[in-house]
Amino acid sequence: MSKSICLFFELNQPVRLRSYKFFDIGKDSHYYDPFASRTEVRKMVQRCYLPANAILLDAIRRSNGAVKVAFSMPGTAIEQLERYAPDVMDSFRELAQTGCVEFLCETYFHSISSLISEQEFRHQVEKHRECVASVFGQTPQCFRNTDFIYSNHIGKMVYDMGFNTVLAEGGKHVMGWQSPNWLYRNPVEKGQTLLLRNYSLSDDISLRFSDRSWNEWPLSAEKYVSWIEQAEGDIVNLFMDYETLGHFNPAESGILEFFKSFLARVVENENLEFTTPSEAVRNFKPVAEISIAEPESWLNEERDISDWLGNDLQTEASNKLYSLIENLSVLGRDDLWSDFGALQDADLLYYMSSRFFKKEARMRWNSPYETPYDAFINYMNVLSDLIIRVNNAMNER
Amino acid sequence: MRVLMFGWEFPPHIAGGLGTACKGIVEGLAYNGVETIFVMPKASGDEDQRCTRIINASDVAVAYRCTSDVDEFINMVKFISVDSNIVPYVNPDEYFQAIEKMKREYSTSSTIGFGQKFNFSGKYGANLLEEVSRYAQVAATIAMEHSAEFDLIHAHDWLTYLAGIAAKEITGKPLVVHVHATSFDRGTDDMVDSRVYAIEKRGMEVANRVVTVSDLTRNIVINKYGIDPGKVVTVHNAVDFSGREDMDVHRGVREKVVTFLGRITYQKGPEYFIEAAAKVLKRTSNVRFVMAGSGDMMERAVRQVARLGIADRFHFTGFLKGNDVQRMFALSDVYIMPSVSEPFGISPLEAMRTNVPSIISKQSGAAEVLTYALKVDFWDVDTLADQIYALVTYPALSAFAAREGMAEVNNIKWNNATVKLKEIYQTLL
Repeated sequence: MSKSICLFFELNQPVRLRSYKFFDIGKDSHYYDPFASRTEVRKMVQRCYLPANAILLDAIRRSNGAVKVAFSMPGTAIEQLERYAPDVMDSFRELAQTGCVEFLCETYFHSISSLISEQEFRHQVEKHRECVASVFGQTPQCFRNTDFIYSNHIGKMVYDMGFNTVLAEGGKHVMGWQSPNWLYRNPVEKGQTLLLRNYSLSDDISLRFSDRSWNEWPLSAEKYVSWIEQAEGDIVNLFMDYETLGHFNPAESGILEFFKSFLARVVENENLEFTTPSEAVRNFKPVAEISIAEPESWLNEERDISDWLGNDLQTEASNKLYSLIENLSVLGRDDLWSDFGALQDADLLYYMSSRFFKKEARMRWNSPYETPYDAFINYMNVLSDLIIRVNNAMNER
Repeated sequence: MRVLMFGWEFPPHIAGGLGTACKGIVEGLAYNGVETIFVMPKASGDEDQRCTRIINASDVAVAYRCTSDVDEFINMVKFISVDSNIVPYVNPDEYFQAIEKMKREYSTSSTIGFGQKFNFSGKYGANLLEEVSRYAQVAATIAMEHSAEFDLIHAHDWLTYLAGIAAKEITGKPLVVHVHATSFDRGTDDMVDSRVYAIEKRGMEVANRVVTVSDLTRNIVINKYGIDPGKVVTVHNAVDFSGREDMDVHRGVREKVVTFLGRITYQKGPEYFIEAAAKVLKRTSNVRFVMAGSGDMMERAVRQVARLGIADRFHFTGFLKGNDVQRMFALSDVYIMPSVSEPFGISPLEAMRTNVPSIISKQSGAAEVLTYALKVDFWDVDTLADQIYALVTYPALSAFAAREGMAEVNNIKWNNATVKLKEIYQTLL
């Protein structure tokens, strides 16, 4: 039997807060920076979304549907694309219609609510499921959480919501000697199947492709496909940021040609085939259980959640934000819920990570703030305004 | 490895930060196995000599007739009496006292000859340039007498550069000049004292290596003095907290206290602090501001506070001495250093050491080493106000900045900084 390749891309556009000084608190409740969003979105449209979508569409047609791919994009990203890049949304709808592209479910607001509030998490997953159904015309069957945050418990929560398949990180600390190239079961909900990211082969493209100090540079599609062929197991899960194609690896690196050639070579290769996550679960059986008790993610070396909740600034910001849930539920006001949702964007907490005290990290991971302090101060100012609005609304009742 | 070091002052009798830094440097060098002989114009005898040997230039009889080369530069600065605008480290009170004292004590003959001693004041007084040139003459003698006892020469700030040059000319040993501040940190660009500038430039040009206390200062040395970047190296300052005890203070006010401590002069950016204070006070009443220090912009600062109508929340302490400085830090919740230009700036380190989170301007050398201080462009009053507001309003932020900041400054040690200095020496031998 031939080996499957599950190709998955995350497309995200974070919520961008404007520079919000304390003078504004209680006076001005416009929190966002549409100009920055538009600029960033259009940049990615040119560098990545349009050219990569065109390559995929072309490859799917040429191969009569042998090229398959999965995408996930939070609702906040879909909103921004609808607003600033309708051309890209049209192109994604076209991809959806080929039947070769599967859209997955995640949290609507790209949040870490799965770690904090089950109520809010469920709400966002439902909201996203509806959003994908209405935008792309297919109800998502598989789930993957924000930045692949996953634990047995999170698996159980989404299982209860009808997701039998979850994509997660196949980090060394959870895999041990086991290979990510098989399907696994959640020990808590045995009916739930896990697809685990092959971080080594994924990172060969996403992190190392344009790294000239890498001893495998330059990476040809031929060489890469041969590595996949040699890998043991049923399925190789290549999960990465969509921006890998044309942004993190700029066009000059030859990434787009590589990608085109990679798709073609896999289609030609008798031993390899593309699969979507849903098909993979139909075609293969889980080989074992894998227990992930502590939440993991795909971020950085540690592959844990410390980039969102690793220091006191982050815990404070997140505690203050989620403490609003009760009052918001009482009030039931859409405008407040919507800002509450946007402020949950995991990237906003991420910018407060202590890693950004190092200048190099900022260059590499693209924080709009000079230091975690700036990120925290701006965020807390915005949140203070939201808190005032919630309190005022409560007093008016 | 042995170093002949020229300084201007050494604790306990110091008027500014230079002496403290010199003490830290000789102690750090001793820790790293480098011996130093420390020459200063006027030693009092109670200096701590455990880590260095101090030579009092006032005790040295000039035994050497200067060569024509040395004469040339000495002539350049001879007989110039100057006003005090060039004085780098002195505060107004001490300046006044120094002048008075000098009027009483100082009588001069304009030349000193063979076998004569010169009684230096060792202060930053009106005859500073003359003392600087005499110091060079005496330095030549000291360098000759002790030429077998050192391998290279290290001179601290422009006051000692001529001494360093003289010692180099006479012994032929390599010279390192250490830039703790430049003329551009004392005045504005168009108000630089050309005589001091000339000495600085000359020192840097003659030196085999120029050590700067920050990259900020390094850039000034390269761009404003035209020094070859290849020989300018940054060694960030450190600070010695040993023997300092935590102070228990009783707070009289309930509000958060935000403090500025330093000379109230143009370079320290006091007006930005005041403007930011007014902005913060518009939004919160849970805060008081303190401006500790004195200086030529003091009166203007008081008028600015009055005009803004915040005098009930903005307080002046005047010049603080000794323990009062510590007490002021201990009473503070936030420390601000909004300097327009600051070669390094040790005060935020002291604040952070006292568990006080600090906001410092990006135009300070300290910003290069302090990861956990909040940073702001000195002119960006809105952001400064925002940061002050955040530190007094969001307890998680101030607790985090205080805790991490204290851990950070406890690790900025002369023993580590001087390793780099030693490496620089080694390249010259």
